[in-house]
Amino acid sequence: MTGPGQGHDPQGIGRFDVPQQPPAPDAEPARRNGHRPAAGVAPTPQPTDEVDTAATDEPASAGGAPASGGRHGGSEPAVPDRPGDPWDRRVANGLAFLRRRLSGDYEVDEFGFDPDLTDAVFHPLLRLLYRDWFRTEVSGVEHVPVDGPALVVGNHSGTVALDALILSAALHDKHPAHRYLRLLGADLVFRMPVVSELARKTGGTVACNPDAERLLGGGDLVGVFPEGFKGIGKLYADRYKLQRFGRGGFVSAALRTGTPIVPVAIVGGEEIYPMLADIKPLARLLKLPYFPVTPTFPWLGPLGMVPLPSKWLIEFCPPIPTAHLTDSADDPLVVFNLADQVRETIQQTLHTLLERRPDPFGP
Amino acid sequence: MTPGSTSGAPGVVVVVTGVSRYLGAHVAARLAADPRIERVIGVDAPEAGTEFPDLLDRVERIRVDAGSLGGILADLDVDAVVHLALVSAPDPQHGGRSGMKDQNVIGTMQLLAACQRAPRLRKLVVRSSTAAYGVSFRDPAVFTEETEPREVPRGGFGRDILDVEGYVRGFRRRRSDVTATVLRFAPFIGSTADTTLTRYFSQPFVPTVFGRDPRLQFLHFDDALEVLHRSIVEDHPGTYNVAGPGVLSLSQAIRRAGRVAVPVLEPGLSGAAALARSMGFGRYGLDQVDLFVHGRVVDTTRLEQEYGFTPRSTAAAFDDFIRAHHGGVVVTRSQLAAAEQLVLDGIRQVRAAVRERSS
Repeated sequence: MTGPGQGHDPQGIGRFDVPQQPPAPDAEPARRNGHRPAAGVAPTPQPTDEVDTAATDEPASAGGAPASGGRHGGSEPAVPDRPGDPWDRRVANGLAFLRRRLSGDYEVDEFGFDPDLTDAVFHPLLRLLYRDWFRTEVSGVEHVPVDGPALVVGNHSGTVALDALILSAALHDKHPAHRYLRLLGADLVFRMPVVSELARKTGGTVACNPDAERLLGGGDLVGVFPEGFKGIGKLYADRYKLQRFGRGGFVSAALRTGTPIVPVAIVGGEEIYPMLADIKPLARLLKLPYFPVTPTFPWLGPLGMVPLPSKWLIEFCPPIPTAHLTDSADDPLVVFNLADQVRETIQQTLHTLLERRPDPFGP
Repeated sequence: MTPGSTSGAPGVVVVVTGVSRYLGAHVAARLAADPRIERVIGVDAPEAGTEFPDLLDRVERIRVDAGSLGGILADLDVDAVVHLALVSAPDPQHGGRSGMKDQNVIGTMQLLAACQRAPRLRKLVVRSSTAAYGVSFRDPAVFTEETEPREVPRGGFGRDILDVEGYVRGFRRRRSDVTATVLRFAPFIGSTADTTLTRYFSQPFVPTVFGRDPRLQFLHFDDALEVLHRSIVEDHPGTYNVAGPGVLSLSQAIRRAGRVAVPVLEPGLSGAAALARSMGFGRYGLDQVDLFVHGRVVDTTRLEQEYGFTPRSTAAAFDDFIRAHHGGVVVTRSQLAAAEQLVLDGIRQVRAAVRERSS
């Protein structure tokens, strides 16, 4: 397990560095607490102050005498000693993050998306999973626009919808603009306590046309899996066979907003929890769409929840423009044809990717 | 005949219902201070108390039960009616839930019946609530005025609001010459307002629903007054969401207020709400429980375009409330900042000591 991870170490270290390097250009949230400025960078405090006065002002003014006195007394001799001390920075950032969380000093958008929490907690966890556990290779990121809206449409697989989370974390890390993928989820996700809030905080919302169009209208990157439960709940024997694409609601949302559609093929998700059988009566009893039986679940109990370390490949396909079809959003034939085109593209890319990966659990 | 003739014309007579309550009293006082309005008449049920006598010294008050309102509106030559007499939570001293329904639904019905027969009436402004969108797990994240409720709400207030808006729709059909404005208000908050929600956030330990962190929006009380005032002196027919732009999640709001959240399982909370109500204390109902499970966010673009007015943001409104209710704070921000600095310095000292020893 560690073998494959270490096999990719050069890449791994490169990725691991990413959160460390960009602080200067892009990561204001992580740098907000004023410990870095003492390292001799005078201009840094001004921009951070402008970006977020609430967070920086508060400790300085409210914590007045004890805090700021202690800070300058404590950090000025400490930092010049070891200017690049990564642990000191990490501890300071972690504490600043905790303080922000505990005092509510962060922003949540109208869908409940919490970028601060996503960057600090969810993405690092997913990064471990997609990079070290699944050895994910991503290609075609250049097909995802750097700004403006796009609808990313993928194949769904893997008994639990882990592929959606992996896709969003991988896209955020590999994309030059580090864009967030706003996932659309089934209403079942939002019925479940805890799960619903995790979904909202990571940028998800209910899969319905008003929300999709609102996100696209706001220039966001929206991720959707039109197969839904038919995709994740299919048996291992049917792996990488795309299921029906619903009613094509995603296409009409894209058409109405003139948003390009970026098909994405994800290989690897089918093997993490190979579903051998579906106990339908139990599913009905628990009001779930299916009840999976995998080689490890439910036999090994919680241990059965550990995903098998398959090799993942993600490929983004060239975008399909829809701007010229804005008037046809209500034309079922156009919608079906476009949905079919997207489906075919994903299916063919899946076949090509599978040829590139003869061994599902290879390095 | 045009609606514009009322605004600015001398001798405008405005009737405000529900002046014995906080919102009604403030609206009436504000309208009475406006020189464009000649008479402000506060209408109330006969048994209503006088909680804000100092606000209402320039307001004529009439105590009458809703049934005999019809003749009065016609006699007074009323130009505009502001209907604010809605109760958002059952009050055991005023008949509980059935009294609440009487006032909200029957009261609105009778008022609108009276309005229909008032010959000079040109304007009707009705207070509604964002509860009109109901609650459902399939709801879109943000409601626009066109969103239809998917499920009838469980809570009494939500159902009453749907009925009230239904009656206003009927009234619009019958009196198309009257400018009817329906304002769907987000929960009020502010430095002085006393509502179910402000009482909720004033407790040191705040019950929440386990596993749910609803997105909330608040409306500053002063902005609600401003919008109501503009609705009377200007013409804005239609239905508008009125809420502070932006969103606070419940956990975030509790932390900003320096309170401590106590998650309770949802069936437990519904039961506790019912129990507390039957024992006569606490006015949390299923309306609140549903709000704390689903959250509610509305789009205010239409309000901003039509009124040319943007209420202060939800976060700013909530800050104003926190400043006024700083008592009972469990954790303050400066304490957190001090603790952060303490831990950081501690870790630095320990690491420096370890380094010195090892070198």
